[in-house]
Parts: sequence; structure tokens; C-alpha cells
Amino acid sequence: MILLISSKGETLQSQPNLRFGRAPFFIEFNLSDDAWTAHRNDAVKESSGAGVAASQFIINRHASAAISGRFGPNAQRALSYADIKMLTFDETYETIQSVIEGYKSNRLKAF
Amino acid sequence: MSTIKIAIASGKGGTGKTMIATSLAACLDKHIPVQFLDCDVEAPNAHLFLKPEIDSLQAAVILIPEVDQDACTACGKCVEVCEFHALAQMGDQILLFPQLCHGCGSCQRVCPVSAIHETPRQIGNLRFGKARSGIRFLTGDLTISEPMPTPIIRQLKARSTDECEITILDSPPGASCAVVATIHDADFVILVTEPTPFGLHDLKQMLGVLDQTGSPGGVIINRDGIGDVRVEAYLAQTSYPVMMKIPYQAEIAVGLAKGEVFSDLFPQYQAKFINLYKNIIEILNDKEKV
Repeated sequence: MILLISSKGETLQSQPNLRFGRAPFFIEFNLSDDAWTAHRNDAVKESSGAGVAASQFIINRHASAAISGRFGPNAQRALSYADIKMLTFDETYETIQSVIEGYKSNRLKAF
Repeated sequence: MSTIKIAIASGKGGTGKTMIATSLAACLDKHIPVQFLDCDVEAPNAHLFLKPEIDSLQAAVILIPEVDQDACTACGKCVEVCEFHALAQMGDQILLFPQLCHGCGSCQRVCPVSAIHETPRQIGNLRFGKARSGIRFLTGDLTISEPMPTPIIRQLKARSTDECEITILDSPPGASCAVVATIHDADFVILVTEPTPFGLHDLKQMLGVLDQTGSPGGVIINRDGIGDVRVEAYLAQTSYPVMMKIPYQAEIAVGLAKGEVFSDLFPQYQAKFINLYKNIIEILNDKEKV
């Protein structure tokens, strides 16, 4: 199971990013071995279609869930078409680590 | 015969672009063949002043891809080439986001197995008619919720003629794509501003655009007397002339609010608009000599 979480920074201590398509980074977290990688989100600089471009990246990483504050309509369509679960956190989650713990304890809400 | 294209733009909204454009058209209509394009397709309203009789309505369409999933080999080249992320690939399926598509046709061209065909999608309307004694009037409107005005502006321009001595292009506000699509090939750009910090700020944006498109331009200061003198002070340091000033008068606003053409309401301005045109022609002639 691979999670992709929208993040403001490059570590598990970084702040989660509430927006999906234009998040500066995505943290890829593998639940089977707790390994993680930070990916810079190239879609940030797009004038339009950032949600689709970010979704395409998530799909290409074979994620089973995308986690963000909210998803735009295009990202929503792309991710649901690809059967990728969309889960959300709110402002109370201060680090990526806390989002992962939220996922593990089933506290994240479905989008 | 070729037509001289004069675009009216502003940066800031509500400075009086349509007031100037319709007055210039109305004054010149008495002397020469005039063509008028309302390029503000998100909120067109020149027709409310010039009251054209519309005799032709056409759908404004863009061509978007249609993927034949049976022929598609899921190579992903179309997704890769799309600058606008209108296509995404999920396994062996290509998914289209029609509202992101600019209709450029690149996906069709790169498809190695010709699995992509183009299909029309309506994004608005084009309307053609005649106004006053003979103004050839072209206007378009973008369907609500559609994001892209520029294809409609290009289609309006493609349907304009070179047969009229002058073409007046009423630009949308702002300084982005729709404005550039309107003014980029204009022979002259009139920027309408007001002497306020807001007018000045947005005027600078537009002067920056003109610096890039290379079109000659001049400025009309509307509502002169309000605000401050910074617009004129700023322009004095540039090569852009102040071509007309229209004082702030409540009577002008009252008249325009009834949908009357400014130069009809205030006939003393008719000679000024003719002079404005002559000045522009002179500037263009001088430029040609250089």
C-alpha cells in the first residue's frame, strides 16, 4: 500500500499542504516497510491543469490513496477514474507524520 | 485594400473602453467604412450602445480529441505532448478533460496509430450584423462556465474583412491572454485609463504588454479631474502620448447608463474623435517613413 500525501516540505516533519494540485511536494509513503520519498511536484508551475498533472503523477506511482486537504474537480475525476482513494486531513494535522498516523488509525475522512 | 486595425484596451476595467470604441466607430461611420469587433467575449456590451441588427449567428467551436480506445495502444504520447494537461492516462485508458483542451491538435498529430480524431465542441457563439449607417459589427459570447475566451476572439478576427478602411477592436479588460489575442496584430492601441492609483497601476501593466507586442499606442485619460496627476507624470517619461482627455462629469455617466453613444450625447466630441483618428494615421505614416 502506497500513500501519496501533499506536503509543503520534503520530510515527515514537514507541514501537510491543504491543496492537492499545487502542493510543492508529495511524500510517498510505503505502508509495507515505512519507507518514504519526497517528490517535487512539477505541476505547481502549470497555469492550468495542475490537478490533472498531479493526479497523473500519483497514478504513475501506483498509489492506492492520495491524501490532501481538498481535491479540485479535475483531480477528483482523474483519481476516481483510476480507482485511487481520496482521503483528507484538516489544519489540525501539523506534520506529514501525524497524517500517516491518522491514516493508520482510520481517522482521515474520505473526500 | 487593407484595413487599419485600432484596438481599445485599458488594463483596468470600467475606464471607458467601450465608450471610446463605440464613439470612434460612430464618428468615423459618417465618413468611411468601419468594422467593429467586440472582443470582450466574456461580457460583450458594445451592442448595447451601437444597437446592431444581427443577421447571422454561428456556433463558436473548438476541436477536441476523441480517442478510439480500440485503436489506442496506450503509448502515452498524446498525454506527454499536451501542454494543458487535458489528457491523462490510466492504465490503458486515455481520459479527456474537455475544459482544459485548447484545441491545438498536437495530440492528434503525435498519435502513431491515428487513434485520435477531432470533434467539435461548442464554447460560445459568434454574431454578425450591421450597425448605424454601415458599421460591419462582429461580436461573440463565451458560454458561461467555459474557461477560454481566446478561441472566440481568434474566430471573430478570422471572420473580419480587409475591405473596411478601419477596424476597431474593443478589448476585454486585464492584461492577459484574451487581451493579447485582441491587440497583438493591431496597428495602433489606444489605452483608456483614469487618473487614479488603480488606473495607473493597470496602465503600467498594459504598457508592459505593448512593449512586448511592439504595437504603437497612445493614452486617453477618462474622468480627468478626479484622483491625482501621477498618470500624466508617468506618461511624460514614456514615449506614449496623451491623445485625449475627457473630464469627469456626472452627465456623461447618466447618458451612458441609458445606453447612448457618448459622441451622440456630447456632439462637441465628434470633431475630437475625428482628430484622434487623424492623429493615429499621422503617427502610423511617420512610423512608416522611419
